Amino acid sequence: MSDKKTTGVAPAAPAAPAAAARPSCLRGTGVTKVFGFGETRTVAVDHVDFDFHEGEIISIVGESGSGKTTISKMLLGLISVTEGQIDFQGKPRDISSHKKKNEYWKGIQAIFQDPFSSFNMFNKIDAVLLDCINMRGGKNLPKEEKVRLMTEACSFVNLKYAELTNKYPFELSGGQMQRLMIARIFLLKPKILLADEPTSMIDACSRATILDMLLKLRDEINMTIIFITHDIGLAYYISDSVYIMEHGKFVESGGADEVILTPKADYTKRLISDVPKIYEEWDLSTV
Amino acid sequence: MGKIMLEVKDLKTKYVTRFHEDVYAVDGVSLTIEEGKSLGIAGESGCGKSTLALSLMGYYFAPLHYMSGDIIVDGTNISGMKPDDVRHKILGNEIAYIPQAAMNALNPTQKIIRFIEDVIHAHDPKASKKDIYDLAKQRFEVLGLPPEVLQKHAVELSGGMKQRTVIAISTILSPKVLIADEPSSALDVTSQKMVIKMMRELMEKGFIHSMIFITHELPLLYNVTDDIMVMYAGQIVERGTAREMVFDPIHPYSKGLMGSIIVPEAGTRDQKLTAIPGTPPNLKHPPAGCRFADRCKYATAECKGATVAMKDFDNGRSYRCRYSVDHLREVYADE
Amino acid sequence: MLNTIKQVFRSPRFLIGFIIFALMLLTVIFYPLFVKADPLAMVGNGNFFKPGTYVNVSETVTANRYTLNVDVSGAAKLDRQLNESDRSKMADWLIRFGGVDEAEIDTSDSVALVELWKNNYSPDADQPGLISTDKKSFERLDKRIDEILSSSGIIIATEEEDGTLTESETIDETSYVNINDLATTQTFVLGTDNFGRDVLTELVAATTTSLRIGLIAGLIATAIGLILGLIAGYLGGLVDDIITFITNLFTVIPSFVILILISYSVGQSARGVGLVAMIIGFTSWTWTTRSVRSQVISLRNRDHVNLSKLSGHSMFRIIFTDILPYIASYVVMALILQISSGILAEAQLSMLGLGPATTKTATLGLMMNWAMQYSAHLNGSWWAYFPVILTIALISFSLNLMNTGLDQVFNPQLRD
Repeated sequence: MSDKKTTGVAPAAPAAPAAAARPSCLRGTGVTKVFGFGETRTVAVDHVDFDFHEGEIISIVGESGSGKTTISKMLLGLISVTEGQIDFQGKPRDISSHKKKNEYWKGIQAIFQDPFSSFNMFNKIDAVLLDCINMRGGKNLPKEEKVRLMTEACSFVNLKYAELTNKYPFELSGGQMQRLMIARIFLLKPKILLADEPTSMIDACSRATILDMLLKLRDEINMTIIFITHDIGLAYYISDSVYIMEHGKFVESGGADEVILTPKADYTKRLISDVPKIYEEWDLSTV
Repeated sequence: MGKIMLEVKDLKTKYVTRFHEDVYAVDGVSLTIEEGKSLGIAGESGCGKSTLALSLMGYYFAPLHYMSGDIIVDGTNISGMKPDDVRHKILGNEIAYIPQAAMNALNPTQKIIRFIEDVIHAHDPKASKKDIYDLAKQRFEVLGLPPEVLQKHAVELSGGMKQRTVIAISTILSPKVLIADEPSSALDVTSQKMVIKMMRELMEKGFIHSMIFITHELPLLYNVTDDIMVMYAGQIVERGTAREMVFDPIHPYSKGLMGSIIVPEAGTRDQKLTAIPGTPPNLKHPPAGCRFADRCKYATAECKGATVAMKDFDNGRSYRCRYSVDHLREVYADE
Repeated sequence: MLNTIKQVFRSPRFLIGFIIFALMLLTVIFYPLFVKADPLAMVGNGNFFKPGTYVNVSETVTANRYTLNVDVSGAAKLDRQLNESDRSKMADWLIRFGGVDEAEIDTSDSVALVELWKNNYSPDADQPGLISTDKKSFERLDKRIDEILSSSGIIIATEEEDGTLTESETIDETSYVNINDLATTQTFVLGTDNFGRDVLTELVAATTTSLRIGLIAGLIATAIGLILGLIAGYLGGLVDDIITFITNLFTVIPSFVILILISYSVGQSARGVGLVAMIIGFTSWTWTTRSVRSQVISLRNRDHVNLSKLSGHSMFRIIFTDILPYIASYVVMALILQISSGILAEAQLSMLGLGPATTKTATLGLMMNWAMQYSAHLNGSWWAYFPVILTIALISFSLNLMNTGLDQVFNPQLRD
């Protein structure tokens, strides 16, 4: 795999793979999350079904309050599922004990929205990366090997390990921190990466770098990426298939071109028409 | 050419940090806006666009300090005025300012009409409540806001409605210039669209005479303003009409910025996003030569040597780069 | 880290508080090194001796005598020895009870004043509105005036074997001794207390004990609050509900009442300094628990904690590396406030007579209690309680100032 690394920039347009040909990686049936009880009972995610295939980039698009953060936490196993079942690589997911959770988390990892709050600011960058090596069972590797792995991970995200060593995360810019998060994923090499709004706190010009790196992860490691976003344009640009979420339900799903260019659900149509355009006239009369 | 509403000449302002270091956030900005026109300001976070918005009000408070330059609003130079005079005579009347979190500025214990009374009384203490109510009602109706809102408290309104109400309140005196700093970024897309629609109506109906709109969302800027100005490290690097800036940017930085636009339209997936490596320079010690040279892939040693002035080309466009327009266009075409 | 400490010391509030507190600490540490006397030795036989230097009388008799030429006539002596407050006191009595017209009195003419006084003052006169201490103070003043008027040289006599007294020498009114010639003088900067103990030395010892009580109480309260807050905040759910319930229970019952009840029930004999400190500590943890809990709840949902979970770290590791460092500054501030309120709580308890049941150790509260029981505030012995009040005020002022200073640095919203 490491010899592939030299291929440079990832292709801009991801080729849509034939969904059926790829094995299922994460499948959910009737997944529901309810918070509170009695008067405060709120259904955040309401009986959703999904099927994510290996090596695909899947976007879950929703506005704030649609339940997309709740579903991402359920997928990660950070909060329990009230009802329904999640299958991981064809088998029902078992996260009943701390040990089993750790096993599950070797297969699924995450990048969060805010790079500034994703790092423990009291730990040096080396510690963050070493932690990943340890988690992959590399605790007893010789020091040079560990340094080599960290250097490799940093160069994957165009950072220089030598410049980062002994630094604290807050000494980096937001874009650099988010790239370091991707370096962490590169070291862990999980089957699935859940990226929860990874670019929303980042400037437009650094955004492209992050997106390119996600594509590179998919192409080089065959990682499945679940991309959670509120920006329908971003979802269209990066993903193979798109799930549109409203009030805890998926109102529409399918291939990216199909959903975005020929939307069927009213909500999807509205979402697309409300976003400013540059090629077509932006119709302001519809609100 | 229309009447000039706002003219800024070589404006310089700075921040003084807690450790008494100077940060030159706006470093020699000059611009003009004609009546009935709107100008968008784009750039990365930390490029000085929000500071420019604050500086243009002419009302400075720590840690922001005025250094030099002129701000001329409809023929009146306000840069030499006392802060209290600026607040009483200029703000609200000549210049209105709307920040991103404006909707959170409404005192929850008062009805909306009270804020409008406050704004009007600040400039005309004799105005009667009845007249104010009639004016406000008429203005709200024209802008498509239900007049019942006037009798409500801020907490009863949704985020988008609050933001639109604040904009209506701020522009009740029909200011010469409206400065809007990310007015719709905290809203969902539908509310954002309503805010934009209302701002367009304000312009069309002549309730505001000109507008400066600041956002990091380029597709939005493209749809709202006539002209776009790109800022980098406290300076303007390029200015042109919205269409020219989005489809034919000249400065390497604008080129990179425009290349990062993503919209849900056919063609987006085939486009190659451009990325600008590196980070903007520290404005405590801005670099001597071209400020973008460190991140520019076309830069040579010469770029870092001497400062570059704004150059005019085509029809009213200008840019700040050592290379000629033809050379840059040729380089871009080769890629 | 170093940068944070630098920032902390740049805050003027913290710096002022720190300097005051450090000066007090240094005094408390170094004073006993120079003054080795037992702080609770009963030096004075009697209570509330005024601040000042005490000279051995018999030594003044035998010491080298100097004659100074000063006017020793009665008028001059009265002028010298009756000070401004004595005179106004006399005038006051004469107007109120002696039936003398205000116009007749001239306090600058001491001879005329004394004459009026001698003619009108009688200790048996009806003095409505005067408490007995005041009445006694007028009697003492009257006696002093008599002494000033009568004395004209003191005769020193030696007692013969048969019991007769033989005059050996006379001490003139113009005789003086040099204070430097006297070997045994005793200076009480702050006088003595009701037990005749040197107040200054006692105060230093009491401050040491009170600071120790504050520290023990603060550490106990902060430790309990921190542990319960961490558990409740991080685990959430039922554990959180139970801990919150207990905390609320302790909050609604005024902790001072619990303090009094516990202090009372453990009995007089067992109530030492250590126990009082522990009682204070065990009743004041509630608000630390509440605030630590809310801090932890907001941290628990931060992405770095989620990421740490995803990295498979254990709960203890997450609490120690991902949560504790973030609330460390806050806990330090809470500790400072707990120390300050622990010292105040001890003072309050002791004032009520529920403090350490001992006369062997002094605390700031006990000093107040003793002074109050012996009516120091009524007989004008300010030195027995005022320095104690000032010390308590300075301690809590400096600690609170340090706390606000820290708050300014660590809480970005308060930054200017």
